[in-house]
Amino acid sequence: MSAFAAIAAAARRGLPVVNRMRGEQLLTQARLAGPMPWVIAIMIALTTIAAAGALALNNVANAARAELAGGITVQIVEASPAERDRQARAALRFLKATPGVENAALVPKEQVDRLMEPWLGAQGEGDEAIPLPALIDASLDGQATQDRLAQLRPDLLAVAPAARIDAQASWLRPVVSAIRSLQYLALALILLLAAASTAAVWLAARTALGVNRDTIEIVHHLGGTDAQIARIFQRSVARDAVLGGIAGLAAGLIAIVGLTRQFAALDSGMLAGGGLTVMDWLLLVFIPLVGVILATLTARFTVLSALRRML
Amino acid sequence: MNDAGGNIVQFDNVGLRYGTGKEILSDMSFTLHPGRFYFLTGASGAGKTSLLRLLYLAQRPSRGMIRMFGTDVITMPRDDLPAFRRRLGVVFQDFRLVPHLSAFDNVALPLRVAGLPEQEIAKPVSDMLDWVGLADRAAARPATLSGGEQQRVAIARAVIGRPDMLVADEPTGNVDPEMALKLLRLFEALNRLGTTVVVATHDLHLLQKVTDPLIMRLDRGRLSDPTGALRYPPRGKGGPS
Repeated sequence: MSAFAAIAAAARRGLPVVNRMRGEQLLTQARLAGPMPWVIAIMIALTTIAAAGALALNNVANAARAELAGGITVQIVEASPAERDRQARAALRFLKATPGVENAALVPKEQVDRLMEPWLGAQGEGDEAIPLPALIDASLDGQATQDRLAQLRPDLLAVAPAARIDAQASWLRPVVSAIRSLQYLALALILLLAAASTAAVWLAARTALGVNRDTIEIVHHLGGTDAQIARIFQRSVARDAVLGGIAGLAAGLIAIVGLTRQFAALDSGMLAGGGLTVMDWLLLVFIPLVGVILATLTARFTVLSALRRML
Repeated sequence: MNDAGGNIVQFDNVGLRYGTGKEILSDMSFTLHPGRFYFLTGASGAGKTSLLRLLYLAQRPSRGMIRMFGTDVITMPRDDLPAFRRRLGVVFQDFRLVPHLSAFDNVALPLRVAGLPEQEIAKPVSDMLDWVGLADRAAARPATLSGGEQQRVAIARAVIGRPDMLVADEPTGNVDPEMALKLLRLFEALNRLGTTVVVATHDLHLLQKVTDPLIMRLDRGRLSDPTGALRYPPRGKGGPS
């Protein structure tokens, strides 16, 4: 088949594509050479760490909420030790006999003393210089809402007039609110990193376009389409983004594993609920994929919009 | 695919100006016919390159109408231009070779842009390089080629796809007389196969190398027709003498 006939056949097949390898040879600087893959790697690493932080905080908040959702605390605020003990026992009996209360237990006085020791100092046996309330830790079989507390309160006060009842979740509300703020901060960071990555790819694509402008004009004069030229750029950008994404993900995961071990060593009950689930790890692995798609689309639209200004 | 009147190119009252400057080309009205060989002559600065830029669709005119292969290319959607450009072969005055590609890859470029598989590219490209006397320079990059060699690569690239119309801007400006004649014979051979050829040159000796040339003369942006080249049928090609 002659070259002319082959061209005609190719035209009949539809929009032709510049051969992959040759296309990349054609525009030598279409590839985001130099620091660009490293920039993408850094962005992906930071995004991975920020996303892991957001997911861990979400898990902490959910775990704390689940643990404390039905939790209530009854305080017997009475100065007289004997009367306080009497009311505490009465309140405990009442709670155990009340339907909807799953369990109830008196917090040992030693534990209360230990909790307060950092502020009040050590108290000896029978030392009541500063009277501390008796505490009862109980769980309801559902959410400890204000309505349910309001239903419990009159009967409880009837047997223990010095009792105060609170939902444990209410103590945690400021903590959950702070965790939510940190989550929003992490999401904002992720969006900023995505915007910065997009801008970096846009700049690199514009630079590569400028460097290769003469070649692009030649390809246009030879009948090359915008889509052909854009494909050359986006393929090169995608390859660099894949390299950067893999490196960034590896760096991010190493940092996350290191941080996880550090936090695990703190042995804090609350932070223990912040471990990442299998789904969380899968989500993190998808970050480079999203990065590659974002970089490829950015390169494509940048190149196409610039080419449209040429005849 | 020419229009009903047999024109491959039709200019109607075309004018071209850059920005707000005065018109570089004025009142261009002519037709080019398929299978003819035209010379475009004129002094330096007469507007030859500007007219060629209109012909190879690198420029839109400021006014007037241009039809190519029976289609109005002024109002044509931009996305349709590549298909038309593939029917044209262009030899640029400054060669416009891709500097980081070898001579072989430069010549192969139109075929690759047209989507030909690699196995169908090697032979025609090698044959073409052999024809222009550069078979042993196939792997050389443009920077290592002389001006004449670069020009021959540019010509090989322009004709490799056997275009419907070949537009050449001073194609023999950097080659010795022997090679100039050889290239001219290549253009004539292509012309005999049906390709319309438009060669811009200020070398009047070149015109004498071609029998009964059809000449378009540009003078300060206006076209004259000393040989009746722009009439149809042109003088000496079956028309009135």
